[in-house]
Amino acid sequence: MHPAPSIILFTVVSGLGFGLLFFLCLGFPAVSGWTAFVWFFAAYALAVGGLALSAFHLGQPRRALRAFTQWRSSWLSREAVLSVATLCLCGLQALLLIFRADGHPLLGGLAALFCLGSVFCTSMIYASLRTVPRWNHPVTPLVFCLTSLGGGAIMTGVPVLATPLLILLTAAQLGAWWIGDRRFADAGSTVETATGLAAALVGTRTTATAGATRVRLLEPPHTGESYLTREMVFIVGRRHATKLRILSLVCLVILPLCLLALPAAGPEVTIPAVAAHAVGAIVSRWLFFAEAEHVVGLYYGRR
Amino acid sequence: MTDLPDRSQRRLGLAIDLDICVGCHACVVSCKGWNTTAYGAPLSDSDPYGPNPSGTFLNRIHTFEVKTGDATATVVHFPKSCLHCDNAPCVTVCPTGASYKRAEDGIVLVNEDHCIGCGLCAWACPYGARELDPAEGVMKKCTLCVDRIYNENLPEEDREPACVRTCPANARHFGDFSDPGSAVSRMSRDRGGVDLMPEQGTLPVNKYLPPRPRTDADVGADTGYGGPDNLPPAGSIDVLAPFLEPVAETPSGILGWIDRTLTRL
Repeated sequence: MHPAPSIILFTVVSGLGFGLLFFLCLGFPAVSGWTAFVWFFAAYALAVGGLALSAFHLGQPRRALRAFTQWRSSWLSREAVLSVATLCLCGLQALLLIFRADGHPLLGGLAALFCLGSVFCTSMIYASLRTVPRWNHPVTPLVFCLTSLGGGAIMTGVPVLATPLLILLTAAQLGAWWIGDRRFADAGSTVETATGLAAALVGTRTTATAGATRVRLLEPPHTGESYLTREMVFIVGRRHATKLRILSLVCLVILPLCLLALPAAGPEVTIPAVAAHAVGAIVSRWLFFAEAEHVVGLYYGRR
Repeated sequence: MTDLPDRSQRRLGLAIDLDICVGCHACVVSCKGWNTTAYGAPLSDSDPYGPNPSGTFLNRIHTFEVKTGDATATVVHFPKSCLHCDNAPCVTVCPTGASYKRAEDGIVLVNEDHCIGCGLCAWACPYGARELDPAEGVMKKCTLCVDRIYNENLPEEDREPACVRTCPANARHFGDFSDPGSAVSRMSRDRGGVDLMPEQGTLPVNKYLPPRPRTDADVGADTGYGGPDNLPPAGSIDVLAPFLEPVAETPSGILGWIDRTLTRL
């Protein structure tokens, strides 16, 4: 799949924002007054900025409001509805913390739950697609949610929260790669099922029928590229996948864990840890798209 | 709502005969012609006379080679357009309600005035039947020529999809698959019509009629070349082969720098 920068940044940045909002609403760190304003402002900048980035890959962004209507069937629509509901709930909690110096625990809990729900809906847009076997399994939402929560926990600067989440994230990320690498074969789609030709021609010959019937593309339908090949048959850049996986894990969890283990605390530790985590998340998300193979590639002899 | 109808009253679709298709691309051209000049946004071309021409099409012809063991390979031309699936995954993912499947005849359509061009439906389709038009920013797909098949301003014989009407070999047939007595239903029954990618669970309406049984002797009669004793002269087919070497895809600019750095690591 084509790794569009707007979608990668949208999922990573809004994920970080919702991760931070999750902890702020639960009272980590316990902030009030102007401090609460600054913390919530940063979290809102990330969450809203990320959501705004998602509009850049739309063909008709002026009609984006229509995306709030089909929550009954579409994960993208559910994500839109839930994100806005989340931002409203978190806003209420922020107002209480800023002006009354004390949030409502029930409201905070509900807002945190909605933060997690928003990230879950984002991940389900991808995890629900049967056409991209690498995404189509339950570990995909786990990685999205843990990346978001891990990032939020690093920003709060509380190692007790961040360390277990980052260890869980490592396990989930490794699991997603391990499952993902086998997923296309397990899904059972081949050029033979895509064309129905092998099954149809088996046993129709009277001579020399030994061996399996194989189908291969002889001529593609067009000599240049098309929307389909640009969007769904993206094969450039996979040769560095192993190096990028290592790089992303180092940035995503190992560097932040080392930084948080330092005896020092405060912004001089948190900021580099968050920056490293964000870079790791962007690399991991780039791989999430670049390595994903869409079954339509079977009709083009490359995936 | 983009929920699918429980059951469509009729199941209009195509039976495509892979034994007859000669791969002339006439259906591709007539499809583009009708759907550019008739309803909705035109099917645009990008850089049509430049070095990288590309365009939006609702129907494309692939060509496959089928080979069993050492037998002579069979070449099959393979037209592909929307299959108007009963369980259309492209419809349910649509966030705006622009994509829908009609309860009365099962045709899957896009309301272009509501489409935000997010592209998710094209990702959800396993067949590559949907293409986002870069000029209009909306999703385009086969309408089964809904503006022809019910159009009383057209002569009776023209009230079928443009691709079916134009096919010079009569490889494409239009009809109602919910009627067991219709020509397409009978054809599909007699010839063992197949679903594409049944494992995806899309329940396509369109059926593909596989090539009829053929022996090596038939192939020899068709081509003049038959079996291992009568191969074309050595070297006669690869005069142009050196020109068909793949072009290296070396990225430039910042991607090139990233590529070189990662290679050095």
